[in-house]
Amino acid sequence: MTVRREWRRARAIAWKDLTAERRSKAGFNGVVTLAVTILVMFGFALGPDAQALRDAAAGAVWLAALFAGVLAFNRSYQLELDGGALEQLVLYPGSRRTIFAGKLLANFAFVGLMLAIVVLVGIVLFQVQVPAQWPALVGNLFLGMVGLVTLGTFYAAIASRSRAREVLLPLLLFPMLVPVLLAAMEATKALLGGNVMGDAGAWTRLLIVFDVIFLVATFLAFESVIEV
Amino acid sequence: MSNAAIAPAIAVPRTGGWQKFGWFAFVFLIGSQALAIAISPPDRDMGDLQKIMYVHVPSAWMTMLAPLALLFFSLRYLWRRHEEDDLLAAAAGEVAVAFSGLTLVLGMLWARPTWGVWWTWDARLTSTLVLFLILAGFLSVRALIDDREQRAQWSAAVGILGAINVPIVYMSVRWWRTIHQIQSSPATVDPAYVIGLRLNAFAFLFVMIYFIRRRYEAALIERAAEHVAERAALGGSA
Amino acid sequence: MGSGGAVHAIDAIDVARRFGSTWVLRGVSLRVEPGEVVGLLGANGSGKSTLLRILSTLLRPHAGTVRVFGRDVAEAPQDVRSLVGFLAHSPGLYDDLTARENLVFAAAMLDRDTSEVDEALERVGLLAASERQVRGLSAGMQRRLALARMILVRPRLLLLDEPFSNLDTDGIALMNALITEWTTAGAAAVVVLHELAPAANVLDRTTTIVDGRIADTTHAEAAALALVAGGR
Repeated sequence: MTVRREWRRARAIAWKDLTAERRSKAGFNGVVTLAVTILVMFGFALGPDAQALRDAAAGAVWLAALFAGVLAFNRSYQLELDGGALEQLVLYPGSRRTIFAGKLLANFAFVGLMLAIVVLVGIVLFQVQVPAQWPALVGNLFLGMVGLVTLGTFYAAIASRSRAREVLLPLLLFPMLVPVLLAAMEATKALLGGNVMGDAGAWTRLLIVFDVIFLVATFLAFESVIEV
Repeated sequence: MSNAAIAPAIAVPRTGGWQKFGWFAFVFLIGSQALAIAISPPDRDMGDLQKIMYVHVPSAWMTMLAPLALLFFSLRYLWRRHEEDDLLAAAAGEVAVAFSGLTLVLGMLWARPTWGVWWTWDARLTSTLVLFLILAGFLSVRALIDDREQRAQWSAAVGILGAINVPIVYMSVRWWRTIHQIQSSPATVDPAYVIGLRLNAFAFLFVMIYFIRRRYEAALIERAAEHVAERAALGGSA
Repeated sequence: MGSGGAVHAIDAIDVARRFGSTWVLRGVSLRVEPGEVVGLLGANGSGKSTLLRILSTLLRPHAGTVRVFGRDVAEAPQDVRSLVGFLAHSPGLYDDLTARENLVFAAAMLDRDTSEVDEALERVGLLAASERQVRGLSAGMQRRLALARMILVRPRLLLLDEPFSNLDTDGIALMNALITEWTTAGAAAVVVLHELAPAANVLDRTTTIVDGRIADTTHAEAAALALVAGGR
C-alpha cells in the first residue's frame, strides 16, 4: 500500500536526519547552548527587576527558540548539500511531500527538545512561577513549536540553497511567523499569569487554526521548492 | 532545430490602449483628490490633517488588493508554467511593496501630529508593516536567485504563502491589540468623507492596475530581448 | 545487444540547455538501445555531465525532447526516475552514517527489503567495512558503496559519471562486471569517461561531445586504437 511505503520513507528520512545530527559534533549541543545564551542576553537586556523579567519571560523564551531554531532548520538541509546527497534524495521514487514529512518529523524532535530545555532554563532565569495549568502550557508550547517548525523547515529548503542563506531564512521566516508567535506568546503569557482573563483558550484555538493552515499550505507548496 | 521550442516567442506588448488607460487613471486621480479636498469639511479634531486620509486609506486598501494579484498570478504560474505569469507576479509584488511603503509613511505622518509619536503599534499599521516585510522577503528571493526557472518557481511558492498569510496577520495583530486595549484608532468614518474616499479608492485602483501593467511590460520587453540573445547564441556558433 | 522491441532506452532529440545566458548543450541527439553501453567523451565543460543530468531528470532541457524507455523526462520525471540509476561524481552519501546505514536508508527509500542490503554490501566487497562511518572510508570505498546502492536501485538505465575514478583494479573489474550483468539483462548504460582504458571491454560505442554538440560516434575499438595511436 502506498501509504505504508511513504510512511516507511518518511520515517527513514527522519531517522537519517536525527542519527546524522546525533553523531555530528556541532549539532544539538551547539544549538541548545546558543538558545540558552540568547536567553541570558535577554535577561541582561530586560532585567534585573524580577517583575520585569517575569512579564517578559514568555516573549524571551519564544524568541530564543526562534533564533536558535533558524540554525537548526538550515542544518537539516546542509546535511543533504554537503556530499551531494540531495540529488540522490530527489531521484528516489515516491512523493516529494514525503521528504518534507520526514524532515518535519526530525525537526519536531530536534526543536521540540531544544524548546523544552529553553523553557526549563527560562523558568529558572526569569523567576517564573509554574502555574497550576502547566499541562495546558505544555500543550501550547507544543502547538507553537509545530507552527515554528513547519514554516522553518519549508523556508529553509529555499534559503539553504541560495546565496546569503543566513540572512534569507530569518528574512523570509520571521514576518511569516508573526501570527503563530503572537498566539503562542500570548497564550503562554496568559497561562503564566494564571489565565485571569481567560484569553488562553481563544489564543490556543487560533494557534491550532494557524498550524493547520500552514501545514496544509507548506505540504502543497513543497513540491515546487525541492526540485531545481 | 526548432527555435520555437527554446522559448515561445514573447509577444512584445502594444501599449496604445494601456497608455490611454494610464492617462485616464491619472486624470481621474487628480480629479478625485481635488474633489475630495474641496468638498470635505475639516475634521473636528484633526483639522486639515484629515485630508491625508484620501491618500492613506486608498493606499492601505491597495496594499491589501495587490497581494491578491500576486497570489493569483503565482498560482497561475505554478499551474501553467508560462513566463508571463511569473513576470506579472513579480510586477504585482513590487507594486504591493510600493503601496505598503506609502501606507506606512503616510500613517506615520498622520500619527506624529495626532498622537505626538511616530509609531503606535496600531493594529492596521502594524499589520501593514508585517506585510511590507513579507513582501520584502518575496523580492529578496527574486533578487538572490539567478536561475530563471528556479527563481520563478520558488518566488511563486513564497508569494502564495505570503499572500495567504495577509488576512491571518491582520486578524492576529488586531486580536493582540484588542486584548491589550491601549489606543483604538478612529474606526467610524463620518459620512461627509465617504464620497471622497470611494472616489479615491477607485482612482487608486486604476493607478495600481496601470502601474502593474507598466512594470509587467518593462519586464516583458527585457525578457523578450533575453530570448532573442539566447536564440542567437544557440544558432550562431558552428 | 539491442533488443527487438520498438522502445529505445534513450531517445534524445536536439537537446539544449543553458546556464544563465551560456548554452552548454547546443542540440544533442542521442539514441541508445536496451543492452547498449555507450561511452560519452569530451573535454571538461563540453556538456557531458549536463547531458547525463538531463537524462537523469535532475535538469530539464531548455529545448528538445528526451524519452527514456518511452517516458518523457520533462512530462513524467517521476516515471523516469523509477528506471534510472545515477552514479554521480560525488558519491551522495551521508558522512556521519555508516556504510550499512546509508544502504538501509536507500533500501527504505526504494522500498526494498532490508535483507538486500547485506547482499549488496557483499557483492561490492564492503561487508567487512560496513559498520564504519562513510567519513572514514576511502574515495574508492565510497564509490563501491555508491555502486552497492545502485544494486538496490535495479536500474534499467545506468548513468555513470566517471565511475572508474578512484577505483583500484578490483574495483574496475567489479564495475565492469556489474555493467555487463545489468546490460545483459536489458538495461542500457551511458558512461561519461575521461579515458577509455578501464571501460574498453564493456563499451559498445563511444560518442564525443565538443562544445555542446556531438562531434562523432565511433565504435569502441576504433576509438581505443585512435587514442592509443595519438598517445605515441
